[in-house]
Amino acid sequence: MTPARKHDGTAARVSVVDRIANPWGERTPYPRGGAWPVRVDTYLIDGISSEDVEAWVPTASILHSNGDALDVAMKEGRMVGVRGRGDSRVNHGRLGPKDLFGWQANESPDRLTHPLIRRNGRLVTCDWDTAMDAMVQRSRELLERQGPSAFGVYTSGQLFLEEYYTLAVIGKAGIGTNHMDGNTRLCTATAGEALKETFGCDGQPGSYADVDHCDVLFLMGHNVAETQVTLWARMLDRLEGPDRPKLIVVDPRPTIPARHADVHLPVRNGTNLALLNAIIHELIANDRVDHAYVTANTVGYEDLVRQVEGCTSEWAAAICGVPADLIREAADILGRHERILSTCLQGVYQSHQATAAAVQVNNINLLRGALGKPGGGILQMNGQPTAQNTRECGANGDLPGFRNWANDAHVSELAALWNVDLSAIPHYGPPTHAMQIFRYAEEGSIRFLWISGTNPAVSLPELQRIRSILARKELFVVVQDIFMSETAELADVVLPAATWGEKEGTFTNADRTVHHSDTAMNPPGEARADLEIFLDYARRMDFRDRDGAPLIRWNDAESAFRAWQACSAGRPCDYTGLSYDRLRDGGETQWPCNERFPDGRERLYTDGDFFAAADDCESYGRDLLTGTALEPVEYRALNPEGKAVIKAAEYIPPPESPTEEYPLLLNTGRTVYHFHTRTKTGRVPQLVAAAPDVWVELSVTEAETGNIAEGDLVEVTSPRGAIRARARVTDIRPGVVFVPFHYGYWDVDDPNARAGRAANELTITEWDPVSKQPLFKTAACRIEKVGDAAGRVAPAPTTTASRPIAGVPATAGGTAAEVIEEVRL
Amino acid sequence: VRIAAALSETHDAEADLAAHLLEVGERHKVEHDVYHLTRTLRRWCDRHVHLLAEQSLRFDVDLDAEAVSKEKPGGGLLDRLRETTSEIVGGRVETGLLLLRDLRELHLAAARASLAWTVLGQGAQAIREPALLAVVSKCHPQTIRTMKWTVQKIKEASPQILAA
Repeated sequence: MTPARKHDGTAARVSVVDRIANPWGERTPYPRGGAWPVRVDTYLIDGISSEDVEAWVPTASILHSNGDALDVAMKEGRMVGVRGRGDSRVNHGRLGPKDLFGWQANESPDRLTHPLIRRNGRLVTCDWDTAMDAMVQRSRELLERQGPSAFGVYTSGQLFLEEYYTLAVIGKAGIGTNHMDGNTRLCTATAGEALKETFGCDGQPGSYADVDHCDVLFLMGHNVAETQVTLWARMLDRLEGPDRPKLIVVDPRPTIPARHADVHLPVRNGTNLALLNAIIHELIANDRVDHAYVTANTVGYEDLVRQVEGCTSEWAAAICGVPADLIREAADILGRHERILSTCLQGVYQSHQATAAAVQVNNINLLRGALGKPGGGILQMNGQPTAQNTRECGANGDLPGFRNWANDAHVSELAALWNVDLSAIPHYGPPTHAMQIFRYAEEGSIRFLWISGTNPAVSLPELQRIRSILARKELFVVVQDIFMSETAELADVVLPAATWGEKEGTFTNADRTVHHSDTAMNPPGEARADLEIFLDYARRMDFRDRDGAPLIRWNDAESAFRAWQACSAGRPCDYTGLSYDRLRDGGETQWPCNERFPDGRERLYTDGDFFAAADDCESYGRDLLTGTALEPVEYRALNPEGKAVIKAAEYIPPPESPTEEYPLLLNTGRTVYHFHTRTKTGRVPQLVAAAPDVWVELSVTEAETGNIAEGDLVEVTSPRGAIRARARVTDIRPGVVFVPFHYGYWDVDDPNARAGRAANELTITEWDPVSKQPLFKTAACRIEKVGDAAGRVAPAPTTTASRPIAGVPATAGGTAAEVIEEVRL
Repeated sequence: VRIAAALSETHDAEADLAAHLLEVGERHKVEHDVYHLTRTLRRWCDRHVHLLAEQSLRFDVDLDAEAVSKEKPGGGLLDRLRETTSEIVGGRVETGLLLLRDLRELHLAAARASLAWTVLGQGAQAIREPALLAVVSKCHPQTIRTMKWTVQKIKEASPQILAA
């Protein structure tokens, strides 16, 4: 570590850190209420120094949901590295391993560069006109023969805001289909639904800055160290500074946060709701309730009291498999503090009773009056970089601007904005969720499926079924992507897309921070921005408004953004105070940004100003167990003054529990070094080396029972299928096995091995009744040793939740992973 | 007393609802949400039947507490399942329309059970039986939730079935 000059000339402490070996970098501890120190992380390829860089192009990270602001280094028209932005409220200059190295995927030699079309069973290169004409011809045929119900649109959490909004208008008012969703259904649907249930409307209440002020961090199924590296760095800097906050972690795995926790509750997966009901029971029994806050700001408290009456810690301990005293200890910490920052992610959202559990986390903060205050807040997280925009813009099926499909006044606003008849916008029922879209394709009523920026052939549950659906002859599949994914291989038409860095647009992170992302370089070959493709389709389909003018009246990213601003006006996600000029080059701003909040709003609901009144809300709410929507009159009676709604729910056992044949609980998830199905991160040398292949984590108990040691080849079998992977013995909860879901088949050379690698061969087809998020974290399985380690170890990182109990060389990146960290003094 | 008749009517209606839930779930296994949720809702019926059987002893009837739990998929329902399977194979009823028909029947079974609870609740109040009323107050809302779900599912499923 040497004092030196920072890149902008100010004094800094500079160090060089292997960011594969140490994903979070050097510590910069700070006290409660203090400023999180700025640490600028820079990675440039070998032989390039900052002086060689010709341009720094501002953008933000695209390989997770945190929205870390960064600049891309350019030289001679090529990307040569990245540098975190010290002026960003989100990351204060820091970057995670996926951001530091992941940009290299842009220039992979196997990018899609030409459209492809299926001829005689094979995909062959064609020109854009041929590909688009085939789409348009099939679209017209189906519209005439069957109508809009033949169309399904399945998009991503990785495109830009302008693209989602355009797609939403095409789908809802152009084609007129209700069958639209994004892969956000797999990552963030429960976050949105839980916020709708509690606050009447989607929208992240809290702020990342709450980490600076909190006294308690409550991480519920949120392995933040791996999903949001720089947010964990911020938490870690508080944990290692003065006024250390208490840390409560609920996770069956020994994650890095779990290892730092004051209370770690390694619950049996699928039992979150039982645990949370018991914590609430303790809060109420010990009268740790802020009654003044609850009375002034909520309805439904009495229901909650009734529901949790019998939910003692002993009752939950038996269900969750954790000691009752530990549950009481967690409740005691929550009951003695007010600055509680609660967060949820996939351990809640992809698990059993997802929305019901996420709602109880909201309830805990409401009971404690910990909302809208510095350090007292809720972060219902996202998994993907632009998932927030999928939700806002309606590309997930919801109506744009968090409008309520069951409220004709809201639908009329859209009809007026788009100048179409009210009946042109399907709103006779809830939007069709992803799993139902695939079901309709399976039974044959959806005949045209347009997939953009996502890889369902690896990411959806029960892959054998998904592959057979995509391969159906009657189903016309269009895949728009940057690589030849497992899904693209099954398509009828493949459209090569441009990606981040090759197109302009905006996107919004999990704490409502809007970033502008600039074009750094041209896309390869004939690849086009997704926005261009959507606009081209709309033009060719000749979608018209009520007066015969073109339905889509914009032609580039900036004009699409302006169209979206008009749509967002007056809604919680109000973008009207923003502009491209303002957002460019470090102008990141949180929404809402409008006349009332000209500089954006750090925290929502600071004074109980919810969007929950019946005329404003996005949803009237649902029965948390059956998913049945409340009628408008029921909601008006329940919540006449538009307060926050405290909703209770009873625990029920998961749909699949261990049996004699399948005695173990399967858990699937992610690692810090990869993103989704590795379409990008699997093409980055540093990240591939850190986690090259699938593995399975099991406990010492399972290792002893099955005579399994580190590195042994193991077969994991569920009622749906089987996979093979090398075993990693860890401190994971006994009875649970974990498999990372990232690994598919595109990088498997041996065709015989083209099965049995993806975790989703094993998962069950079932979803949360409210959010419709599939269940990836509870299924039954068994394991069996099928081969000896013969000196090999599992290809799993040692730096993270997959840390071995012993005897494995530490994961390191060497000189190829060296990153310069400049801590501003 | 006549309350015994109301008790056994409610008991039978809940057992019948449970049988419908089982049947619909088994027949529409490929509709994964229907399959899993009907199993969950059936657990409510099981609990209701147990509580009613517990009460029945005080009113000189002996209702079967295991009326729901002893029924297994494929048991007494087999004939009806075969019948509809042949209907599908014969192309007489499309699966989508069959789903709507089954959900409609399920709704009616739930409505019958809900009405039985209403009658029982009124009776419990009239003869001043707080313990029985407590059972009604606990169980009836759940039966109503089942009934509402059937309406919701019919609403959601019918547009695609009819338009495609």
